[in-house]
Amino acid sequence: MSAQFMQYLLTGLTVGAIYALVALGFSIIFNASHVINFAQGEFVMIGGMATVSLTATGLPLLLAIPLAVAVAALVGLALEKFAVEPARGASVITLIIITIGASIFLRGLATLVWDKQLHPLKSFSGDAPIVFAGATVLPQSLWVLGVTLAIVLALSWFFGRTLLGKAMLATSHNRLAAQLVGINVRHVLFLSFGLSAALGAVAGILIAPIAFTSYDVGVMLGLKGFVAAVLGGLGSGVGAVVGGVVLGIAETMSAGYLSSAYKDAIALVIMLAVLFFMPSGLFGKRGGERV
Amino acid sequence: MSTQARNGFTRCLAAAAAIFAFCTVPASAQAPIKVGAFLSITGPASFLGDPENKTLELYVEKINASGGVLGRKLQLVAYDDAGDADKARTFARRLIDQDKVDVLVGGTTTGTTMAVVPLAEAAQIPFISLAGAVVIVEPVKKWVFKTPHTDRMACEKIFADMRSRKLSKVALISGAGGFDKSMRGECLGVAKKMGIGVVADENYGAGDTDMTAQLTKIKNTAGVQAVLNPGFGQGPAIVTKNFRQLGIKVPLYQSHGVASKEFIKLAGGAAEGVRLPAAALLVAETLPANDKQKPVVVNYKREYESRFKSDVSTFGGHAYDGLMLAVEAMKKSKSTDKAKMRDAIEGIRGYIGTAGVVNMSAKDHMGLDQSAFRMLEVKGGNWVLAK
Repeated sequence: MSAQFMQYLLTGLTVGAIYALVALGFSIIFNASHVINFAQGEFVMIGGMATVSLTATGLPLLLAIPLAVAVAALVGLALEKFAVEPARGASVITLIIITIGASIFLRGLATLVWDKQLHPLKSFSGDAPIVFAGATVLPQSLWVLGVTLAIVLALSWFFGRTLLGKAMLATSHNRLAAQLVGINVRHVLFLSFGLSAALGAVAGILIAPIAFTSYDVGVMLGLKGFVAAVLGGLGSGVGAVVGGVVLGIAETMSAGYLSSAYKDAIALVIMLAVLFFMPSGLFGKRGGERV
Repeated sequence: MSTQARNGFTRCLAAAAAIFAFCTVPASAQAPIKVGAFLSITGPASFLGDPENKTLELYVEKINASGGVLGRKLQLVAYDDAGDADKARTFARRLIDQDKVDVLVGGTTTGTTMAVVPLAEAAQIPFISLAGAVVIVEPVKKWVFKTPHTDRMACEKIFADMRSRKLSKVALISGAGGFDKSMRGECLGVAKKMGIGVVADENYGAGDTDMTAQLTKIKNTAGVQAVLNPGFGQGPAIVTKNFRQLGIKVPLYQSHGVASKEFIKLAGGAAEGVRLPAAALLVAETLPANDKQKPVVVNYKREYESRFKSDVSTFGGHAYDGLMLAVEAMKKSKSTDKAKMRDAIEGIRGYIGTAGVVNMSAKDHMGLDQSAFRMLEVKGGNWVLAK
């Protein structure tokens, strides 16, 4: 029984960590612009697919991964520069629709640049399962958990200790005031797209050895990441991480103990219940403006 | 141009010279025979529709190069429905009303096929579908035929193999797609008849990245002797990997939905020992020399792979069978009259295609039996015939 519980917990944590990374991407862009970037899932896809195609050319994984993250970050920056910035001043709804368009465009582009096949990626350190308290876990899951933890720590340092991070945080709290103290808010928005894209790409690379990658892998992961971000409270870093982990564990626990046929429904019911009692999510900013 | 047409033309000239009358070359003698196709070349079912489209193009070209059918060329009119049933209906309407095709070959998915069935029935045009589900030919529809095996046959084949290995308690784990659900239903339906007890029935979602929770549950279910995973796409490959990760010792069966090299590539070493039912095409070269299907499948495989430089799939084979059945019917009835062609298709016996030996009848518009499926097993990173 406890071994079973341990298995569900470990699986839930791994899946949840990926959701958390995607959710963090949503939150960072939301903070900078109040835009929900529906192309976030596509960054996940670009990360995975770019790594697969780079390793296929013979590059070692250690080189392919940073390159793929850089590619995704560049796409993120380009998206901001050529699609979001020209529409500056448009309503948030318009910007959101632009990101939906961008996501369809990027997915279509991926089928042309790459293909429509599923691709496996080699695990970072082997496939031999590790037995832990009666449960088995793949080395790749440890990578997922470790890297996610490292990123969360790095981000909290970035937002808490660096000038640029503080500027981004200030912009999210009060755009006008931030502008008045000399923060280039356009620059902040630009960077936030690059950072989100890089985070998404990392998620896509980490999950590829476990669940493969293809041109449309971003659709579901993007959606789950969005649910996690809303659950935790849009715009909250802690919320994104907690939301992701809660969602992941809720899914596997309900698949294990209740019914796998309804596991997605159960996860959604949890989210609706949270939003019903706490409309701005678990850690969201309480405010009248968004009601 | 046939001699008949030239004679007609000469006669016209003579007549025109004599009486100045308006006259045309007899149309039927030179107009091409039109084969109408609506396929899911793009969209979620593109991995089915794309090889189907390539196959039709390749073989229409080849047939024309060797003189066509009944002295006439074939003309392929193909549209891409992107897996959308509404679009399939619109394109089928266009094929029937505007393009005036002689026969319909297409319908990559069960959804697109079923959307077109009423049109084909109303227009009274022979329609050979390339989709899997049993509803297409059951109950029998006068003008509708299909070439692939049904999922029910796959279930029966798998269960028969389990029985021969003395396994009778099976756990199901299936995906959320249409194929997965349909096959799960069929398997549950025939399990009892085949003497199989279903002791667990788990599901996973379309984009799920991990199925260890469901498999842990199966592992802890008492008495499970085999696991069956009806599904396609990345799901079955993830299930296979998780299955090995958890160290589950019972045999794992997959469906014909993942019968391709791709599955082994994705699941890697975890795929070793996995069994599934599939058409002979997948193991073309390793078939025994006296196998009736061997020349057909080896030939198709060679043609396809040398032309498109990609691995052959059973789905392209369905399109090959569909086109060849239509051509066979034209030759047999010596006409392109729709009713005569329909009767000829229904009368086809002993035709050897990539899916198996086809014996059509008034009661069976698919004409395949269990012998069409081969039980395959992954050994050394390749599909081999299971012993």
